[in-house]
Amino acid sequence: MLTSLYAAPRITPRFWPVVLRNLLVWKKLAVPSVVGNIAEPLITLVAFGYGLGALIGQIGGRPYIEYLASGSVTVSAVLAATFEALYSAYSRMQVQKTWESILNAPVELDDIVFAEMLWAALKALFSVSAILVVIFLLGISRAPSMLLALPVLGLVGVTFASLALVFNALAKGYDFFTYYFTLVITPMTFLSGVYFPMEQMPGWLQTIGSVLPLKAAVDLVRPLVLGETPTDVVQPLLVLSGYAAVGYYLALVLTRRRFFR
Amino acid sequence: MTEPLLRVVQLTKAFGASKVVDALSFEIHAGECLGVIGPNGAGKTTTIRMCLGLAEPDTGRITAFGLDIPAQVRTAKERIGVVTQADSLDPDFTCAENLRVYGSYFGLPAATIEARIPKLLEFAALQAKAGVKPGELSGGMKRRLSLGRALINDPDLLVLDEPTTGLDPQARHLMWERLQNLLQQGKAILLTTHFMDEAERLCDRLIVLDHGRKIAEGKPRELIAEHLESDVVEVYGDGAAAAGTTHARLAERVEASGETVFFYVREAKPLLDALAADHSVRYLHRPANLEDLFLKLTGRQIRGDA
Repeated sequence: MLTSLYAAPRITPRFWPVVLRNLLVWKKLAVPSVVGNIAEPLITLVAFGYGLGALIGQIGGRPYIEYLASGSVTVSAVLAATFEALYSAYSRMQVQKTWESILNAPVELDDIVFAEMLWAALKALFSVSAILVVIFLLGISRAPSMLLALPVLGLVGVTFASLALVFNALAKGYDFFTYYFTLVITPMTFLSGVYFPMEQMPGWLQTIGSVLPLKAAVDLVRPLVLGETPTDVVQPLLVLSGYAAVGYYLALVLTRRRFFR
Repeated sequence: MTEPLLRVVQLTKAFGASKVVDALSFEIHAGECLGVIGPNGAGKTTTIRMCLGLAEPDTGRITAFGLDIPAQVRTAKERIGVVTQADSLDPDFTCAENLRVYGSYFGLPAATIEARIPKLLEFAALQAKAGVKPGELSGGMKRRLSLGRALINDPDLLVLDEPTTGLDPQARHLMWERLQNLLQQGKAILLTTHFMDEAERLCDRLIVLDHGRKIAEGKPRELIAEHLESDVVEVYGDGAAAAGTTHARLAERVEASGETVFFYVREAKPLLDALAADHSVRYLHRPANLEDLFLKLTGRQIRGDA
């Protein structure tokens, strides 16, 4: 039935065929996609890790490439989920009218939004798995706790997919997404200790950083990738889940408004 | 009379101050094709969206198969097939995959879907195109694939929003033939169209919408007989405007549109004799048709919002 704009999500098992539909399209393009997923981080890690790392030396008592690799894998989850939930979801929603055709079957908008969120998170997992393999093969880290980073990176995917779907629901065209990348995602990577530590930044910037979901993600993922114990587990998980919950609900309300207004 | 497949009662929907659908009621029974015609902006697509639970009526009641829309639309949609105005085929999938994936949204067992795919491809005259993506299909093929896709759940009611817009005559005729075939199988069709020949050919009954209101309803031939004189004489040429005045008394009604004058007559002979003597005009005598009715009821002027 038509739910009110602000109703709680009504998700039924029919969301699953929508996830499978996206998976089926991805499988057709999987080879170039996987090659890109491995080649891109491989090149970045080698170039910056060894090139820049030789100048920087150590950060926090560890080689720069370890610092960079563990930050990059987190950003990769963010970018993969964000791209999928912005550009790809928008193509399906607006350009190809895929959502419209699905809505004419017994599948509801709540199912579709949930499926898109979950699918974008899955894409993030595919992407980070490839990078973790690269990190393992290059010997940057061989810590078994890398496997524990995977579920955390899945949550990072959920969080950033949800946030991106908010902007997807508001978009009037692809151009709109440039703002999101330039004004939200890019500054966030510089305030979250991805490529360099936050300690030398002014205090107020550190304060902003401390409430960002990417900072919470890095705080969890970096130690797990490098075989250390995170200093705090509960707070970063709460931050990520909080952004995910608020983002997902907001995305749902705005998407309902877009379709049923 | 049996319970209708779709019943719409006193449906009203406003966007802001303008009523898009205004106190609209109609029914569709099994095996029947109901045509909805009206100028752009008359409320056709909004009505369809409400029947599919995609927009909420302000007031009024919709039931499909006895189920309340939108409350039970999910169950109702198991028995409805939809072809939308714009193509929404999946460009990344082949024809067969389009059907297979769409079937999955209905929760149909894989074996059922696989059994239906070759039949639907044959129905859409696309057997040879099973492995081809929609980007390589002609407009007519795409529309037929869309129709095939709408049949994947073997629906009892088909909702077709301008299914032949943009098709060439061959493709339209093939589409009509397929739709007639479906009606013979006992399926009901709700059809919107701008083609009056299509409406006349396919529809058992028509409703004419204008500004969201139903301004006429009935069988195509009966509507024409009820609202129009039996014959129309179209007059063109330099003397057309003058002829419109001189011969006005020989017709029940005279209308001018651009360079053409339309005489609506019950008995054409006296007018035709008079025109035959007038060498400044050319003329065409024909029976009144649905297009004449449409123009009489909704006017000849182009709409500002169209």
